[in-house]
Parts: sequence; structure tokens; C-alpha cells
Amino acid sequence: MNTLALKAYDLRQDVLDIIVSGGGGHIGGDMSSMEIMLTLYHRMNVDPKHPEDPNRDRFVLSKGHCVETLYAVLADKGFLDIEEVKAQFSRFGSEYIGHPHNTLPGIEMNSGSLGHGLSVCVGMALAGRMDQRPYRVYTLMGDGELAEGSIWEALMAAGHYRLDNLCAVIDRNHLQISGNTEEVMGHHDLHARFAAFDWHVIDVADGNDVDQLEAAFQEAERTKGKPTILIANTVKGKGSPLMENKASWHHHLPNQEEYEQISRDLKARKEALAKGGAAHE
Amino acid sequence: MNKIANRAVMCEVLKEAAAQDKDVVVLCSDSRGSASLTSFAEEYPAQFVEIGIAEQNLVSVAAGLASCGKKAFAVSPASFISTRSYEQCKVDCAYSNTNVKLVGISGGVSYGALGMTHHSAQDIAAMSAIPGMRVYLPSDRHQTRKLFEALLQDQQTAYIRLGRNPVEDVYEENCVPFEMNKATEIAQGSDVLIVACGEMVKPAKDAAELLAKQGISAGVLDMYCVKPLDQEGLLAAAAGKKLVVSVEEHAPFGGLGSMVAQVISANDPKRVINLALPDAPVITGTSQEVFHHYGLDAEGIAKTVSQALEG
Repeated sequence: MNTLALKAYDLRQDVLDIIVSGGGGHIGGDMSSMEIMLTLYHRMNVDPKHPEDPNRDRFVLSKGHCVETLYAVLADKGFLDIEEVKAQFSRFGSEYIGHPHNTLPGIEMNSGSLGHGLSVCVGMALAGRMDQRPYRVYTLMGDGELAEGSIWEALMAAGHYRLDNLCAVIDRNHLQISGNTEEVMGHHDLHARFAAFDWHVIDVADGNDVDQLEAAFQEAERTKGKPTILIANTVKGKGSPLMENKASWHHHLPNQEEYEQISRDLKARKEALAKGGAAHE
Repeated sequence: MNKIANRAVMCEVLKEAAAQDKDVVVLCSDSRGSASLTSFAEEYPAQFVEIGIAEQNLVSVAAGLASCGKKAFAVSPASFISTRSYEQCKVDCAYSNTNVKLVGISGGVSYGALGMTHHSAQDIAAMSAIPGMRVYLPSDRHQTRKLFEALLQDQQTAYIRLGRNPVEDVYEENCVPFEMNKATEIAQGSDVLIVACGEMVKPAKDAAELLAKQGISAGVLDMYCVKPLDQEGLLAAAAGKKLVVSVEEHAPFGGLGSMVAQVISANDPKRVINLALPDAPVITGTSQEVFHHYGLDAEGIAKTVSQALEG
């Protein structure tokens, strides 16, 4: 068993604690995107001892509302102190706000308003090419976020400039705040749409599976002459039946009873995984 | 009459900088010709990024480049860069603290008969409202050079508005008093202070000369740094005057006049008149025709001042 898969459940508990402590957060997307950010940070060239290394890999969380998962992953990497995050999140005067803020170590850019991250990453990737630096650039977007027009401007530019040092990931959980993404603003064949913009497209059948994600990131790195995009099929609210695949859990704040239930479910999932079983029901 | 537009001077300064510093990067949104940057693109292709007609992407890509150490100049018509990509300016440039210089070309009513879609009469108000964003409107080609040379030395984002057409010189080539973020007092006077920015500085200077013939002593302040407004310089120049008149190629709300009135009323209360474009689509015409129509030329400014002092 890949230990990252187990760690994902420990970090989900951190996310739950952060949200309950701060009195709010985007729990559904946090849970769906956990394995994506964890796998990414496990493989990225980033070092909390040298946060300004010009050769470091870059990550921009375009779906900035999933910052609680980013906090948990950055803490696991040594950039942040998880207990401090839990104690300070959303408190008066706190640095740990509900969207990424680049005064914190390990966070490159501020986000929160959707549709900016990919464009910023195009600039980072162009800079890397200009300076012949070896770094790679990553962004994570939501599937609901794809309705933002600026993303398609960025997709066009990345394809045009053949930015093969750029890799985007879609957290394809099929839900946004108002309901099913296909009913709110349909994406139909996302794979074909991205391919038409000259991207290499990888469908990750289970975007909550760290091994599948790692294989996809390796394929992205091997792909030359094109940027790569991963359509990571995930489960919103992943980790507890209480919140899985429920749009109402987009930013639901668990009550005490729900908190305890989710904590038990996360523990049970982790134990099942450790025994070699699937993390699914 | 000077034939060199401020945008052409910008290109010269950026080329000089690019020759010395590979981190100087220019981005355009199918606007290299309008920006007079074609020769930059040809001479420094590795330091030029064409984004196509996509102003939101233009600004965010510039921010990404800047976050990796580039000195990014995103150049696009003022009307589009200041409003179409407003959120990118706010979030990716100012809030994320990236060294992006946002250059709005063909600003104000430069595009004349092309209409309100192409006029930028809201850009000062919009950009000034963003924390961390600086706003500069140089008055002539000589000050444009000084300003861009200064901007190349700093690490903070800024919005710079340039007009499309060559404008008459305010300063002499070898005598351009310039201090970053300090207004330039170009005429001293005892009765009235005229504060202007951008292309309105020359008519303000000319108005002071017309007023002198009428026995009215007018001081003129070139407030090219609209934000951070040089409050100290403004108050010093306004001290003892009966009247302060602001002149700007901008909508009447939220621009230079609003800021001048705010500072004067809080520190040295006296009458302030704000000369600006109307709160409406402007009349069709060339810049000079439009300025004349709304009393923003030398005669119009002088008339407003003399009438106010009589009243």
C-alpha cells in the first residue's frame, strides 16, 4: 500500500479540524482534491528550507477555496505548522485566511477569484523557458471553474506556445455549489475540448487514487511539445458517506455529531486501506 | 510642434533597458502596433510575448512572469486593460504583489470618434481604488522617459496611462525636473492653483499664461503621480490661494479632482473646482475638439478660473 494513500486520510482529519475550528470552509472540494495536492507535493521540487529557490517547481491553487487542503499538505511538507493553522484559521487578524495568500511560506500566488490560476501558470512556464530553468508548473482547477472565460484564453495560449513544462489538473467531481456541473453549465466532452486546444489530455479514472495520479504526472513530464492536462475524476466530499457526492456539502460546516461521524469514517477508511481493501464503500 | 508620441518614447526606454537586462519583458494583446512596440518585438523577440486579443490573460500571464523575476510590462489600450482585466490587475498584480507595469495606451479620449468602447474615462478611478496600485499619467515625452526609467528601477505594480497622439512639450529636453511620486510645480502664482495630470498639463500651463494677461496669478502643478498623490506638494502649492482647479481627461468622479478635493478639504479648506469630462459618453471628435467642447483647453480652463474669481 502506498503510504501516501493512508496519509491522505490523516490530512483529511486535519482539514476537518481546520474547518470546524475556523467555523467554515469548502469541505466538499477539499476532500475531493486531497490526493491530487498530496501526490503533487510529494513529487514536486519544493523545499521549505529554500522557499525562494529559482529552480523550484511552482503550484498555483486556482480553485483557491480549497485552501484548507493546501494548508494541510503544506504543513505535511514542513512549510506550515498544522497546529497553528488549526488554532488561527479565519480568526481575527489571522494570516490563515479562507483563500491562498502568498505572504505565507510555500504559497506562490493569491487566488480565490476563479479562472486566474492557469493564466498565471502560463506566465511562470514562459519565464522558465526564457531562463532555461528545469522547473515544472502546476495548477489545480475545479470543474465548475471551467465556465470562466479567462481559462480558455489561457488554454489557447499554453497550446499555442507548446508549454510542455506546464501541467494542469481538473478536480472533476461533477458538483458545484448549485448542483451537478452538467446541469449548471455543461462540459460534455472535456477531453475533446482540451485536445482541440492542443493539450495532451489524460483521463485519470480515479482521481482519488494516488498511484493513478502519480502515473499521470509521470506521463505529463514525459510529454514533450504540448502542455498536459489531467481530468481527475474525483468524489466530492470523499472520505465519508455523510458528505460524498452531495452538492450541499460544498461549504457545509459539520456540527458536533457530523464531525464525530466523519472522523470515525475517515479512520475506518484508512484502516480498510491499510488492510489492502478499497477506500470505497 | 513635437511629433513624437509618449508611447514611442516608452518603446525607446524599454528597448534601452532590454538591451541591458534580459528580465525586461513586454507583453501585448495584438496591440504592438498601437503601442509603438513593433520595433521592440522585432529587436527583442525573446523578451516579447504576444498574447492575442485576450486582455485578462495578458495581465495574469504578466503576473506569472513577474512572480518568476521578470520585469513585466503589459501594454494594451487603456480602455481594455483597465476594465476588461480589472480583476486580474487587482488580484494577480496588486494583491499578489507582482512587479507588473500595466500600461494603458491611447488613454482618455485618444481614440476620438471610435466612441465610448475605446475611451478610458474611468481608469484613474478604477485603478486608484485598488490597494497597492499606483497610477501615473505623464504629461509629455520628456517626463514619460523619466517616469519609465524610474519604473524600471522599482519592484511594485503600477498603472501608467499614455495618450495616442504626440503632445506639445511641457518641459525642455535638458531641463525636466522629476522626482518619483512628487508633483512638479511648473508655474508659481498667488491667486489660484491649477492641478493637472497627463495631457491636461500643457493646456493648464497655457491657461496660466492667458490668465497672467488678465492680471490673474496662477500656479500650475503637474500631478503626474495621481496615486500616491503628492499631498505635501499639493498643500504647499495650494497654500494661500483663493481657489484650486483640477483638470483631468477623466470622468468627473473618482479621479484627480476627487482626490485633490479630499486632500484640500481635510487640510486647508477652500473652494475646489473639478474640470473633467462629463458623466456621459463624450461627444464625437478629435481629442482637441473634445477638450475644447468641455472647456478642457487653455481657453476653457482660463475662463473657468477668471469667472470663479469674479464670482
